[in-house]
Amino acid sequence: MTRLALEDIRKSFASAEGAVPVLQGVSLAVDGGEVVALTGESGSGKSTLLHIAAGLEAPDAGRVLVAGQDMASLPDAGRARLRRGTVGLVFQQFNLVPSLSVGANLAFQARLAGVHDPAFCADLAARLGLTEYLRRYPEQLSGGQQQRVAIGRALAAKPKVLLADEPTGNLDEATGDAVFVLMLELARAQGTALLLVTHSARLAGQCDRNLHLRAGRLA
Amino acid sequence: MTLAALLSHWMRNKVQLAMLLAGLMLATALWSGVQALNAQARGAYATAAALMSEDGAASLVAPSGQMDQAVFAQLRGQGVLVSPVVEGRLRLGDTRLTLLGIEPLTAPQGTAAALADGDLQAFFAGAGFAHPETLADLGDPPLPLSPSSAVPVGTLLVDIGTAQRLLGMEGQISRLLLTGPAPRPLPEGLQLAQASEGAELAGLTDSFHLNLTAFGALAFAVGLFIVHSAVGLAFEQRRGLFRTLRSLGVPLRALTLALALELALMALVAGLAGLALGYVLAAALLPDVAATLRGLYGAPVPGSLQFSPAWALAGLGMAFAGAALAGAQALWRLWHMPVLAPAQPRAWAMATGRAMRWQVAGALGLGGLAVALALLGDGLFAGFALLAAALLAAALLTPPLLALGLRGASRLAQAPVVQWFWADSRQNLPRLSLALMALMLALAANIGVGTMVASFRATFIDWLDQRLVAEMTITPRDAAEAQTLEAFIAPRVQAVLPLRRVDATLVGQPGAVYAMRDHATFRDNWPLIAQVPNVWDRLATEEGALINEQLARRAGLWPGDSIALPGAGDVPILGVYPDYGNPLTQAIVTESWFDRLFPGTPTRQLAIRTDNPAGTRAALLDEFGLSAQAITDQAQAKQLSLAIFERTFLITGALNVLTLSVAALALFATLVTLSGLRLVQLAPLWAMGLTLRQLAGLELARALMLAGLTMVLALPVGLMLAQVLLAVINVQAFGWRLPLQVFPADWAQLALWAGLAMLAAAAWPAWRLWRGGGGPLLRVFAYER
Ligand SMILES: Nc1ncnc2c1ncn2[C@@H]1O[C@H](COP(=O)(O)OP(=O)(O)O)[C@@H](O)[C@H]1O
Ligand SMILES: [Mg+2]
Repeated sequence: MTRLALEDIRKSFASAEGAVPVLQGVSLAVDGGEVVALTGESGSGKSTLLHIAAGLEAPDAGRVLVAGQDMASLPDAGRARLRRGTVGLVFQQFNLVPSLSVGANLAFQARLAGVHDPAFCADLAARLGLTEYLRRYPEQLSGGQQQRVAIGRALAAKPKVLLADEPTGNLDEATGDAVFVLMLELARAQGTALLLVTHSARLAGQCDRNLHLRAGRLA
Repeated sequence: MTLAALLSHWMRNKVQLAMLLAGLMLATALWSGVQALNAQARGAYATAAALMSEDGAASLVAPSGQMDQAVFAQLRGQGVLVSPVVEGRLRLGDTRLTLLGIEPLTAPQGTAAALADGDLQAFFAGAGFAHPETLADLGDPPLPLSPSSAVPVGTLLVDIGTAQRLLGMEGQISRLLLTGPAPRPLPEGLQLAQASEGAELAGLTDSFHLNLTAFGALAFAVGLFIVHSAVGLAFEQRRGLFRTLRSLGVPLRALTLALALELALMALVAGLAGLALGYVLAAALLPDVAATLRGLYGAPVPGSLQFSPAWALAGLGMAFAGAALAGAQALWRLWHMPVLAPAQPRAWAMATGRAMRWQVAGALGLGGLAVALALLGDGLFAGFALLAAALLAAALLTPPLLALGLRGASRLAQAPVVQWFWADSRQNLPRLSLALMALMLALAANIGVGTMVASFRATFIDWLDQRLVAEMTITPRDAAEAQTLEAFIAPRVQAVLPLRRVDATLVGQPGAVYAMRDHATFRDNWPLIAQVPNVWDRLATEEGALINEQLARRAGLWPGDSIALPGAGDVPILGVYPDYGNPLTQAIVTESWFDRLFPGTPTRQLAIRTDNPAGTRAALLDEFGLSAQAITDQAQAKQLSLAIFERTFLITGALNVLTLSVAALALFATLVTLSGLRLVQLAPLWAMGLTLRQLAGLELARALMLAGLTMVLALPVGLMLAQVLLAVINVQAFGWRLPLQVFPADWAQLALWAGLAMLAAAAWPAWRLWRGGGGPLLRVFAYER
């Protein structure tokens, strides 16, 4: 069942030399439980595509269907609601809430979406190896630990779609691999549709499908 | 080259640059504005002093306040260098003036300055001199007057004969100014009076100027906080640039020099702008300051400002010193920065905890000092030191107390966004703490001064009701008219109460002795704050005198003590009465005794008790032929007194608005410089499904919440301030002590203002966040940090 569908997405950015096209008709679909890798050179528009899929940015043209709802046609509040309960986001920079403890960070999105399940959260923390750090603050964790918190935070809300933008880009190889494997495992177990951006061909090889973005189109 | 690279930072961060310049400009402006006001006022006191004498010249006075002018000729004949002076109060229309009559040929040099370019012939013939502002106030004077700025505002300088005629003092003089050594022994019946008016005014008004200076210093410090945080932030942001320049081979010395040069450039620009603003500010405030000084101390201060180059140089110097102070830390850090050190991630929780502990320790130390000063201190300076220590302690305690409150709130919170709201507010507290401390101080100052003034007003109105019981007061033209008036009106009304007084020095301080008729008007109404039993009977039987509160507190004399009255020797004190708004000392004795002590003293006013004010007024106007101007009815008198009271505190209102504005600007500067950092903290919440509108709303709510909590903390501090002002500063400065009264409606209004100031400061960053369409937040996700 298709959880995420992008249809003929177009996006260009204004610059001094006029509009620069970044996405020129991108279409893709990700099913529940499927893991799709998105690769492409730096500046090819991978992040832009993910932001559009998450409703953080609006496309110039095209449709974004998240769990059957057209994201682009919704007002700001509607897109925010969809992000809250249906989409999980993981970034290269972790983007944890610095003023909240690890435990509060983990539960934050689930509580925001009104689907918080303490037992599930505790189980998630245990599987991510975070149980002993729940009272700490993000600044006191290593990069790998922080990214595990970010993944746990996204998955605790049981999203239908998980979008990850270079989730291991800031981690060393061993840590990155471990985090990556964990994320795949959890997403598959939850039946989440996972679209992830990565530079590593090795990691892309472990995914169900590979998409390559070049010159604004998927190859 | 290096400098150009450094300066390019500011082109990209225009708001930061604007904050830095604004902070420095404001600091310079408020400081130098206050200095200009003080200099102007002190200049005016010096004018007043110079007119009467070279500094500190003594005079010979008679206990009755007047002497026969033959004494002058007699002393000159004996070779004593004296010059006669006639002094009195004159009312022209609505304006009350001091009339100063001198004898130009024997007058000291200071006085001669006022006459230097005048027409002496016309002067002898009845012309006079007055300050240009007095002339403007007068409109249509009854004698020809020429402008001279060597005459204090509110004074008319005339020939001694003219003064005698205008005051009805023919053949009499007020005192003899000594232009040479005092004769030994002193002539029979005369006393030596040392004080010169300028010195008295300077002494009386010290507290006021100390007050203004304290305000200027406070504003300067707040301005420097703004500059300091802007410089610090620019330094952090340019760390990378410094490192690049260093690795390109720019020597550390050159880099540091370039940074110092940059700071100096900004100090110059902001200093000049600040001077201009300070001048405008001083010019705008001067009328209020002058009105306050006139109202409180009767000090003649003109309402127009003069420019002085020394003042401008000093102000510019302050701008440079301030910039150096605010930038010293950045320069020091640059000097000690290793070329290739990675940015060290700081454990904010620990750093914050340490800073808070230091703050609490500092606050406790200062609090202890304040308590010690309250218990042991004496005098005006100790009073102000007590205030400064207590305020600073309260300001230092503000962030830790807020942190405590926020922690408690976040523990209680259930919903995740609410929990985040408290936790995030607490995390950002250290960055906001300087601005919040400024807000706390501004609010406390507003509450304190506001409570003081409102308490004063309430007490003052009650007191006016007690003092102004006579239905009307008439002012005769001279002693002769006073007698015929009294004879005319006495049968037509319930009572006529004549007012007679002589100027006198009481316990070494300038003042007056008044006559009081034994009458129910006084027995039933005259307010007393301390008294012996049967005080009115004993006053009537000439057993002693009443004195005013100023005299009682300054000299430490209370019922049971005695006081030396001119011509009467030591007299028991029977009671002490409040006498607000009067800078001088006073004593009252019963009428019969007064007339024996000071025979021939003219009646200045007649207070009238009547059931039929309209009929009495008609009789005075139509039958007696008195001019309407000579009659003041009770309502008029109250209105006049209240108007003087309100004018007296004009300056406090202006200063309150200014302090609050400075705090609002500090808040604005902080919130704007923080808004970049905030994006990183807000972006995750946006990604997790909060709308931009919610986030902007939360930012505003946070600002309001902090303002509200700060206001709650400011309340007790403000009341403490009011108590110190009423019980310590006022007593030292004016000689009266007032009960503290609370006015919650004023607090509500102030809270509203604080909220508005906070909203104004927070509105722009919040608006940018809301209307920015997520672009700035997206950059947080997309770009390397
Ligand atoms: N807000 C923006 N304004 C202008 N140009 C942008 C903006 N966001 C992205 N771009 C440009 O779009 C292109 C694609 O960016 P991005 O999606 O971040 O690439 P990738 O993630 O594949 O490295 C880049 O050339 C980038 O400079
Ligand atoms: Mg990218």
